[in-house]
Amino acid sequence: MELFLFVTFSALTVGSAAAVVWHPHPVKSALFLILSFFSMGGLYLLLQAEFIALMQVLVYAGAVMVLFLFVIMLLNLKPRGEDRAAFKVRVRWAVPLVLFFVGGVLTAVTGALARLAPAGSHGPDWVAAQGGNIRALGRLLFTRGLLPFEVTSVLLLVAVVGVMVLAKKERR
Amino acid sequence: MDWIVYGVITLIKTAVLLFVLLTAVAYATLMERKVLGFMQLRLGPNRVGPWGLLQPLADGVKLFFKEDISLPVSEPRLYAIAPWVTAVAAITPFLAIPFADTVAPETVEVFGRTVDLAQYGIHRGVIADLPGAVLFILAISSLSTYGVVLGGWASDNRYSLLGGIRVTAQMISYELSLGMAVVGVLLVAGSMRLTEIVDAQARLPFIVYQPLGFVLYLTAAFAEACRTPFDLIECENELVAGYHTEYSSMKFGLFQLAEYAHIITVSAVAVTLYLGGWQGPWLPSGLWFVLKTGALVFFFIWVRATYPRVRYDQLMSFGWKVLLPLSLANILATGCAVAWWG
Repeated sequence: MELFLFVTFSALTVGSAAAVVWHPHPVKSALFLILSFFSMGGLYLLLQAEFIALMQVLVYAGAVMVLFLFVIMLLNLKPRGEDRAAFKVRVRWAVPLVLFFVGGVLTAVTGALARLAPAGSHGPDWVAAQGGNIRALGRLLFTRGLLPFEVTSVLLLVAVVGVMVLAKKERR
Repeated sequence: MDWIVYGVITLIKTAVLLFVLLTAVAYATLMERKVLGFMQLRLGPNRVGPWGLLQPLADGVKLFFKEDISLPVSEPRLYAIAPWVTAVAAITPFLAIPFADTVAPETVEVFGRTVDLAQYGIHRGVIADLPGAVLFILAISSLSTYGVVLGGWASDNRYSLLGGIRVTAQMISYELSLGMAVVGVLLVAGSMRLTEIVDAQARLPFIVYQPLGFVLYLTAAFAEACRTPFDLIECENELVAGYHTEYSSMKFGLFQLAEYAHIITVSAVAVTLYLGGWQGPWLPSGLWFVLKTGALVFFFIWVRATYPRVRYDQLMSFGWKVLLPLSLANILATGCAVAWWG
């Protein structure tokens, strides 16, 4: 059952991600991206990371993609017509690049996994003892991960203020 | 073989809940017409059945047998699927809302063997007691936006498209405030599990600790359910009927169902988070839940009869400049209070 779900969700994720690139229509591309985010949420659920799965749906599928659709519809982007040939040439270059990139990430991740200690200290038992996924994540974020967490929030704040400054019209 | 019993009981619970919810949606339309009628010194529908009580049935039959006008739109599949997305996303959050204390005994005997229902909480009055129920409800109900956007876009109509584009900006602005208002309750309860949040309100409902949060939630919920004064996506004096201008028959009916289901869902969530859920003296717990939710639905209709529609720029600036800062201040104050006394 778990294997079946995993295969379904990963095929959906990869397939719809490819369709995002391939589809000539911007709105349909965005819809495929939503589907991709959804099935990625399913993958997180299979990992028993329900908090991240829900956040994936709430933030990416629910909020970020609504903004994408808003921009696409507001600009009234039309399907790409004549530059399809140029796109096919570019795909010929993109495929080896993607393979190279995926290979690099895979090597890096497997290397890092080998160096990591076995999941004894923060495994499923530890999570259950903390009273669930959300509590465990919160406790880790505000103890061991406090500095990176706060730095990230400052970074986001800088981005928000920067966008405000750039987007605001000069008022005299 | 215990899981068969679990499955059957969960299926029965789901079927009953769905039946009650759809009936409630049908009668919410009648309630709206009646209440609006009385508030405007008219009678409202009173021809079908005593006091107009069979009107929803007649409406349903009429919608069902109306001609489904199929337009030569450029995206017929998206056009057809859009009402379903909205309707399903409006109903699904009810899976996680506790609607009663217990609905079944803790153990049942099936063919001579005892099955322990309490082990997985099957006997409780909730279909899925999710650990992240609050997030689940926010995530699923935010998806109903897509039905409206896609319906408006696929209709090939300028008015529909404008309604669809309006809903995207409105949703982004108000969902943020909605989520931030809810954080106050999560801080007080110390849990995201709705059954635990309801249990924590056994002595005092959270509206006592979170009066500002309740007002903020309710305001954002009006925008979330696209109700007056925030129903700009279908305002008839600018956009004909907004996103559902080009829909007829049951497709239109699904959009209507979604609208009223959305009102009932946000009301039920407000009851669960702020008004003590199914808790209450003397009456059975399920009845308390229905009464409280019904009172909030009445409030929604009351507001519709009272307030005019806001302008679009007013809607956006109110969301970002008033509602969001207030909800952030609410989180700060609640956090300090919980750290001090909690």
